[in-house]
Amino acid sequence: MISDLAIRIDGLGKKYRIRHQRRERYVALRDVLADGVRDLFRRHRKYQRPAVEDFWALKDVSFAVRRGEVTGVIGRNGAGKSTLLKLISRITEPSTGRIELIGRVASMLEVGTGFHPELTGRENIFLNGAILGMRHAEIKRRFDQIVAFSEVEDFLDTPVKRFSSGMYVRLAFAVAAHLHTEILIVDEVLAVGDAEFQRKCLGRMSEVAQGGRTVLFVSHNMAAIRRLTQRCIVLDRGRITLDAPPQDAIEHYLKQSSEGIAEGRFVRAVPRPADRPFYVERVTTRRQAGGDPTAQFDCDQPILISIDYAAARPVPGLYGYVQLQRLDGTVIYEGDSTDAGANPFDRLPAGSGTACIRIPERILGAGTYQLYLSFASGSDPAGPVVDNPGVVGEFRLDDTSTRRGNRRNGYLSLKLPWQVSAERP
Amino acid sequence: MNGVRDVTLPLQSGSDMTVARLVIEPGMTAKNYWRDLWHYRELIYFLAWRDTAVRYKQTGIGVAWALIRPALTMLIFVGFRRLIGFPPGTVPEPILVFAAVLPWQFFSSALSEAASSLIGNANLISKIYFPRLLIPLAAVATTVIDFAITLALLLLLLLWYRFLPGWQLAALPGFLLLAFGLSLGLGLFFAALNVEYRDFRYIVPFLVQFGLFVSPIAFSTSDVPAQWRALYALNPMVGIIDGFRWSLLGGRVGLDPQSVAISAAVTAAVLTLGLWYFRRVEHSFADRI
Repeated sequence: MISDLAIRIDGLGKKYRIRHQRRERYVALRDVLADGVRDLFRRHRKYQRPAVEDFWALKDVSFAVRRGEVTGVIGRNGAGKSTLLKLISRITEPSTGRIELIGRVASMLEVGTGFHPELTGRENIFLNGAILGMRHAEIKRRFDQIVAFSEVEDFLDTPVKRFSSGMYVRLAFAVAAHLHTEILIVDEVLAVGDAEFQRKCLGRMSEVAQGGRTVLFVSHNMAAIRRLTQRCIVLDRGRITLDAPPQDAIEHYLKQSSEGIAEGRFVRAVPRPADRPFYVERVTTRRQAGGDPTAQFDCDQPILISIDYAAARPVPGLYGYVQLQRLDGTVIYEGDSTDAGANPFDRLPAGSGTACIRIPERILGAGTYQLYLSFASGSDPAGPVVDNPGVVGEFRLDDTSTRRGNRRNGYLSLKLPWQVSAERP
Repeated sequence: MNGVRDVTLPLQSGSDMTVARLVIEPGMTAKNYWRDLWHYRELIYFLAWRDTAVRYKQTGIGVAWALIRPALTMLIFVGFRRLIGFPPGTVPEPILVFAAVLPWQFFSSALSEAASSLIGNANLISKIYFPRLLIPLAAVATTVIDFAITLALLLLLLLWYRFLPGWQLAALPGFLLLAFGLSLGLGLFFAALNVEYRDFRYIVPFLVQFGLFVSPIAFSTSDVPAQWRALYALNPMVGIIDGFRWSLLGGRVGLDPQSVAISAAVTAAVLTLGLWYFRRVEHSFADRI
């Protein structure tokens, strides 16, 4: 039955050309000219290393989504999730295959795209709405609902650069959440904001889902995937490896993902894009400074997280955000670089460097954790999300020095001393 | 009555007939392009409004900036004319020069803004779909607001010199349209090249500076030897600037229909080529930016 389909994808593929020997992602005319001249002199050489290589970010992807179905898309970093969403949202063109969409489509690939820090909350609602494809009249009609949802009524006429990052995200999500299209494409937008707002967003998402709309939903948050979706697609290296009910898909994904970052080393696949002023290049977890990267820890050892970054310019208000999740999606820890006093990332000078976080020994309980990392700014003109590498690591802790060991329940492995002051009878 | 306002209509399963259907295939983005452009037309307004609002909020002197720049340019050129002893014509020099600075300033800012517009909106391009043509279009539209402010200053200046524009003023929108088309055409071309080759942004300011000297701003086209005028008119700004002078200064400055015709033809060609090139590479912007 074609009539009850909302999305049909056949043999979809997307090919990128990867340039070797180039440090920058973009081309300069001067390089092209210089290379041309050099090639003139080298023409006699028979063998030349190819400077360009094809890379299939997505290959032979086929699936269909029925109307009103909420489908999750999960997979590791670089598995092709974002590419898939970008193709369906028409941001980029497929290299092969075909996508058929029945119904109007809206996509929310980033919270607050097009927000301008100098404009007020009210002005940004209209601007963002228009960018997301809403008509002026439509935004006007939903204006009160958007404001009520965002809970920033009192700051509507304040430039958003003075908003806290929480307010910023709330407003941005509120606009996007009030898009009324038949098909909604959502990327990792729930990963921002405080826990309470995340719950609210999740609530809104399930409302949308129950309202009979078709949703395609990418997330690293397995709890959200389990709660919202009826079906899940697992992507790996650009191909669908499983299309199953969420429970099976999550299991499959977790098995797959622990193979991936097992060595405690995460390296970005692409060099810093020109539009990112700050970019995480590598993340490693170690037992001690100068040691080898590892993903196996003992509860009696600290965990050192090193973040190698490249900054093209100082970013005002930049801060780092880190989250530790258990594999079932439970957030064990959340924090950012402003927690412990002065924020070292605010206007950090251009150049590259390493940022370190130390998780002291005997805090986290035994088990497997996912490390989620993101860099954001409430006042950079380029937008709130500066760089969002997402899940950058997964490590395992074992409790070997206590009697209870790995069987300890709960989330912590603190060794709490018991002090007894016995009174003589 | 109460409560009716808040009701949002649920999707009705009976409305299948009107449900939009979209097919995405390699090389097929062109299919709905012009319809999409129409659908997103409000976005041109919003983008132009954003750029204007931000500019006037950020720079404390706001509107003054749109006045100071052309006024200073005009003063420098009038001083330059005096210095090398240009014979004064029938029209006071300040308004003669200002009538040319007005379209030039519009053209040069519109071109620069349009050329850098795609790079400046990289975050939008990589996250949202809409016809990319809107971005340079909005950039040029933004410049029209500065143009209006500068025009108001010129009208005051005309009043000061007791110069009344004649019926020729009615032709002004036509010449503005030509300037709009020319800067958009070139702007589209450079904006697209800028995405591909980032060092093009160094070329545009040079071209604009160069153009300032080869266009009849400090002098009139009538100062150019007669045998060279047809060749000179190949610079499309010649016909546009002459047209502005003619319509603003009430015909006291002659207008050569031939140079206007050449200018219009060159503008049409530039716009067509610019559009063609932009449309040809547009689909890869999100991958390259």
